[in-house]
Amino acid sequence: MSNRVINILVPIVSIIIGLIVGAIVMLVSGYDPVQGYLALWTGIFGDSYSIGNTIRQITPYILAGLAVAFAFRTGLFNIGVEGQLIIGWLAAAWVGYAFELPKIIHLPLALLAAAVAGAFWAFIAGFLKAKFKVHEVIATIMLNYTALYIANAVIKSLSDGGFKTERIQETASLRSPFLRELTDNSSLHYGIIVALIMVAVMWFILEKTPRGYELKAVGFNQHAAEYAGMSVNKNIILAMTISGMFAGLAGAMEALGTFQNAAIQAGFTGIGFDGIAVALLGANTPLGVIFGATLFGSLKYGALNMPNAAGIPEEIVSIIIALIIFFVASGYIIRVGLQKLSKKKEGQ
Amino acid sequence: MTFLEMLYFIIPSAIFYATPLIFTAIGGVFSERSGVVNIGLEGLMIVGAFVGIYVNLEYAATFGAATIWVAMLAAVIGGGIFSLLHAVASISFRADQTVSGVAINLLGLAVPLFLVKLIYDKGQTDMITQTISRFNIPYLEDIPFFGPLLFQNVYSTSILAFAVAFGAWFIIYKTPFGLRLRAVGEHPMAADTMGVNVNKMRYIAVVISGALGGLGGAVYAQSITNDFSHATIAGQGFMALAAMIFGKWHPIGALGAALFFGLAQTLSITGDQIPYVQDIPSVFLQILPYVLTIFALAGFIGKANAPKASGQPYIKGKR
Repeated sequence: MSNRVINILVPIVSIIIGLIVGAIVMLVSGYDPVQGYLALWTGIFGDSYSIGNTIRQITPYILAGLAVAFAFRTGLFNIGVEGQLIIGWLAAAWVGYAFELPKIIHLPLALLAAAVAGAFWAFIAGFLKAKFKVHEVIATIMLNYTALYIANAVIKSLSDGGFKTERIQETASLRSPFLRELTDNSSLHYGIIVALIMVAVMWFILEKTPRGYELKAVGFNQHAAEYAGMSVNKNIILAMTISGMFAGLAGAMEALGTFQNAAIQAGFTGIGFDGIAVALLGANTPLGVIFGATLFGSLKYGALNMPNAAGIPEEIVSIIIALIIFFVASGYIIRVGLQKLSKKKEGQ
Repeated sequence: MTFLEMLYFIIPSAIFYATPLIFTAIGGVFSERSGVVNIGLEGLMIVGAFVGIYVNLEYAATFGAATIWVAMLAAVIGGGIFSLLHAVASISFRADQTVSGVAINLLGLAVPLFLVKLIYDKGQTDMITQTISRFNIPYLEDIPFFGPLLFQNVYSTSILAFAVAFGAWFIIYKTPFGLRLRAVGEHPMAADTMGVNVNKMRYIAVVISGALGGLGGAVYAQSITNDFSHATIAGQGFMALAAMIFGKWHPIGALGAALFFGLAQTLSITGDQIPYVQDIPSVFLQILPYVLTIFALAGFIGKANAPKASGQPYIKGKR
């Protein structure tokens, strides 16, 4: 088996094992796995309403996945997508309700605000890494909570002690009556187009620009990149900033599309952490991210149908997703297994 | 409120909030000292909190006042077993330790919530009846000033936390086991050459971190929230991680950092009753532990350096 085939097989094997273990968990818990997976399937593809909401769920997952994947490609682990997303969410909501502008300016401005806010939040971590050698994993974890509490405090003061901001203006909204009617009143919005454009943007930056080449070079081998005359520190900061831009846009999807405001959160949205799963499954490539986001977004939304249709707690899907991450991360052992398997076949 | 009354109110409360952080942070010290990054502390705490509450609810009638200790023991075992997943993935399967930690956090939340719905058929458990009680330490409570400050209305778990911290210091710095543990985390190949079984040491360290993380979760749930739901543990594991780093990967440092973060938590929750503190917006106190940790890492408050081999799987024969 060639390396290329194995690279594609590892995530697929992981998904299959994850689903099988999920079925075993359901069986042991006294639930019917067939009923469970059927309910999951209907929850995702059952009718146009479900499909609309599934795509809506996939949208921020694509952007969160891009954020993690972009950082990974440049040798960084951005575990702070969650915090960057929250800051971007807040910025988009604020620009969305505080200004009165024509749509052609207002919507791009709100998206830009989210991108800049998310980029700034990630820039802090990049700067700390470049200047003070602070490991970005720890810095971004700490910045996650900082973002959560600051955003909550700002929302509280913006709304005079309330728990959510005003609703955004129609001119900043990504929602459209056309998409709503098409999908039987689901909350599908135009964000999916923004997300897909960003997939192309990531591909373009990494594959078609000299800057992208430098970013990847620093990710592969810092010393070699430095020897070749590239500024490692500048590229680290830039990589983090671009990664944060994607994360901020994921926040904009929630602000301008799904929720139309920003509300105080008791905890994290989970989108940022699931973004790690998305990127991992997609092998950190732009196309792979679409695949990963589609899988996890669908699972997450479809799961909501499981308690009603099959009486199974929706957490089963979170268990399956966590298991898939485990298996993808343990790719080494799957690789060894696959290679042994193929050798056996050749020997026969 | 006089200044003295204020102190008598704040300090015990700070220790109360710090206790679960101390256990979990010390657990983190063990794991990271052996070279395994453990950002799964949050998930381990959640598992411990669930096991603790479950045992407390189910066996309160059987064990009476001893229930909390049985529950904590169960959480220690539960956390230890759960952390084996992280150990297997990151030590034997050479997974990225941060990714494996993320998976532990996701799984650590999902499995208990799934079980709560399976067992109780609702999103959160009932309140427990047996909670961790307080007592006065004889003789010491009569010391002027320090008596009311530190030795009256003490939680038994707080004493245990201090004991664990000093015990951890002794084990890590004064025993052959501790020397091997640190060697494995700093230079696994050298340790291997000297006959130390690197992977075995790391397995032990990760399981200790799981056991202590589980204990921290059980203590938190049985003294602060008294039930289990999706929001029982909301960031305490990451705060313990911060305490471990702020304490520079040292048990006593982690103890001090956890106490300090406990103080910040207390002030952010009860601050509106305390003069001066009530003028500070609580958001500053909430973000204080995290911001300070970043400063510590940036070298503004003394340089914090992780063990050298932390984050790297050990592959025999690879240089």
